[in-house]
Amino acid sequence: MKITTNKLVRYSLQAINYTVFMALVWYFSAAPSIRILADDQAAITIAFAHAGDLRELCRKLSSEEIAELAANMRRTEDCPRERSPVLIEASLGEEIIYDVSLDPPGLFEDGGVDVYFSKRIPAGKHRFEIKMDDSVREQGFNHSFIREFDVMPGRIILVSFDSESGFSAK
Amino acid sequence: MLVNPVKRAYLALESWFNLSFGTEWNPLYHLGTLSFFLFWVILVSGIYLFIPFQGSLSGAYQSVEYMTHEQWYVAGVMRSLHRYASDAVVVTVLLHMFKEFASGRYRGFRWFSWVTGVPTLWLIITLGITGYWLVWDELAQYVAIGSARLMDAMPLLSGAMTRNFVAGQMTDRFFILIEFLHLLGQPLILFFLLWIHVKRLSGVSINPPRGLAGGTFIALLALSLAKPAVSHGPADLASMPFTLNIDWFYLNVYPLLDYWTEGQTWVLTTSVTFLLMIMPWLPPAKSSPIAVVDLDNCNGCGLCFNDCPFDAITVQARTDGARFEHEVVVDPGLCGACGICAGSCPASNPFRSSKSTLKTGIDMPQLSVDELRTRTTQAVMEMSGATKILIFGCEHGLDTGLFDDAGTRSIRLICSGMLPPTLVEFALKKGADGVLVSGCRHNDCYFRFGNQWTRLRFSGERNPILRARADRARIRVQGAAETDKGDIQRSLEKFREELGRLNQADKSADAEKDEKVADENYH
Repeated sequence: MKITTNKLVRYSLQAINYTVFMALVWYFSAAPSIRILADDQAAITIAFAHAGDLRELCRKLSSEEIAELAANMRRTEDCPRERSPVLIEASLGEEIIYDVSLDPPGLFEDGGVDVYFSKRIPAGKHRFEIKMDDSVREQGFNHSFIREFDVMPGRIILVSFDSESGFSAK
Repeated sequence: MLVNPVKRAYLALESWFNLSFGTEWNPLYHLGTLSFFLFWVILVSGIYLFIPFQGSLSGAYQSVEYMTHEQWYVAGVMRSLHRYASDAVVVTVLLHMFKEFASGRYRGFRWFSWVTGVPTLWLIITLGITGYWLVWDELAQYVAIGSARLMDAMPLLSGAMTRNFVAGQMTDRFFILIEFLHLLGQPLILFFLLWIHVKRLSGVSINPPRGLAGGTFIALLALSLAKPAVSHGPADLASMPFTLNIDWFYLNVYPLLDYWTEGQTWVLTTSVTFLLMIMPWLPPAKSSPIAVVDLDNCNGCGLCFNDCPFDAITVQARTDGARFEHEVVVDPGLCGACGICAGSCPASNPFRSSKSTLKTGIDMPQLSVDELRTRTTQAVMEMSGATKILIFGCEHGLDTGLFDDAGTRSIRLICSGMLPPTLVEFALKKGADGVLVSGCRHNDCYFRFGNQWTRLRFSGERNPILRARADRARIRVQGAAETDKGDIQRSLEKFREELGRLNQADKSADAEKDEKVADENYH
């Protein structure tokens, strides 16, 4: 196949265009890079799911109250479903880094709350404290946790909560 | 003529590509089909990658690393093709969108294609995002957490998703869900949306010219070999990366989360989406009268049905009792008011009803074929130069009125496709020495096919054809955008010179003929 000079020029121009296009595609497919953490930074993440305490305890129904109920709906106790809001306060050294009040979700305010908080912190030694109030029937914070840790740059300290074992950090 | 600087820059790029690729392969004229081609590359490479890919938290990264480094010559190249074709498609889709916007091709009857294009773009972006998850490297971790934060900011989800991305919480089940979305759910929805997007168009092509497809593929392959796509380090939910090389085509929203709340980011993205969606109805509103069928002059031949670029015409059984089998009907919601149908109607013949109003089978109320004939006659009569050139321009290309002088007159059509070929013949017969038809740039008709049909009609390849008796040497077809005044000016001068020579030759031939007749009479 004979390639004329005209075609040769045209193909050369096309090659230039394709090169420019592909250079753009290549560059923006991975650049410019973004800085996620500084060299001396780490992060702390608080993440857990927890249902606040019931607002009210179960109450025994009187015989009159039971009699007023439909025959197939009779029960001996009334147990309100509403749960307490969950208040959390976390501090790093003297600084309060997380202070939140989470209302229970759901139509009957009976759901558990999902907690997620993440913050960049300087790497190194820190005193961390977290307190949680999950019951309107008790005064003040009824769960607390204090930990001193030495975090390496780039690492994430994960703080979680379990109803049975309480707070933990790793 | 004032041309928006952005449009001027775009037209300059288009001209440069016309020089490099020719009008047939100009990528800016094939942005839609080029996007389809890139989808095919993505699909085929994706199917190949799916075979060695391990869809689990523990296996995903290792399998991608194996493909990238151990089997770089096939799977690695496929991965790079998959990545770079995905990036390129964002460019072609955005350019496609920009082009339609800059040329006003998103209003009126075109609202449907514009509005369906917006979710299509977002789906492409989210498809890319889920693709980045599957590598399960540090970038995937960043994308996963950012996406989860955005999802959690929506009502009902309330923080449940982000908790998946802390050490020890992530499960294969969630990963497989993302895999299912990327491999099946999103692509199926995308193909459905693309089908909807082009549904109102006729003669839809999804394949770019072979030369353009081949060149694009070779370029992608060369890039894949020269700069293979690579992963970051493996995802580790107990640590954070210091820097990330993010793909700005797909992941540009995530860095915003470092400065804005999730809610603000949603406000921005939903506002942009809302604005894009309502754009076809934003002022200034423009509406043009649509094509009108005159059954008394329509024989139901269906030429207008064949030529309509927007599927606005249907052929149905005759309803008026006339002897013809069919009639045509115009759908007002689909009609683009381009007038291409009037140009295709065999009844749009100016040699008919010369003493009375020319009535045709389908016509445009704002510029009827009869009015065109009147203007043609008038324009030819007004010219006084040695060579008279009549220009048929189009409202969406260069303003051909700029060339009006003693020997030149211009008539602007709604679209060059509304020009009945017999009207050119009529103009020549009335005394024009030459006719120049200047619609939009070749292969870039505002109404999709107007200038293409004109060329085919003139070359005798599409009905109604320009009859053989019309002197082709006196007819020129050259598309022009608003910035192409110089090109048309030069062509016009050259055409005028050629016509001058033709006139001279005709005069000599006539003189010779007269001399011969005189000689014969003498003897």
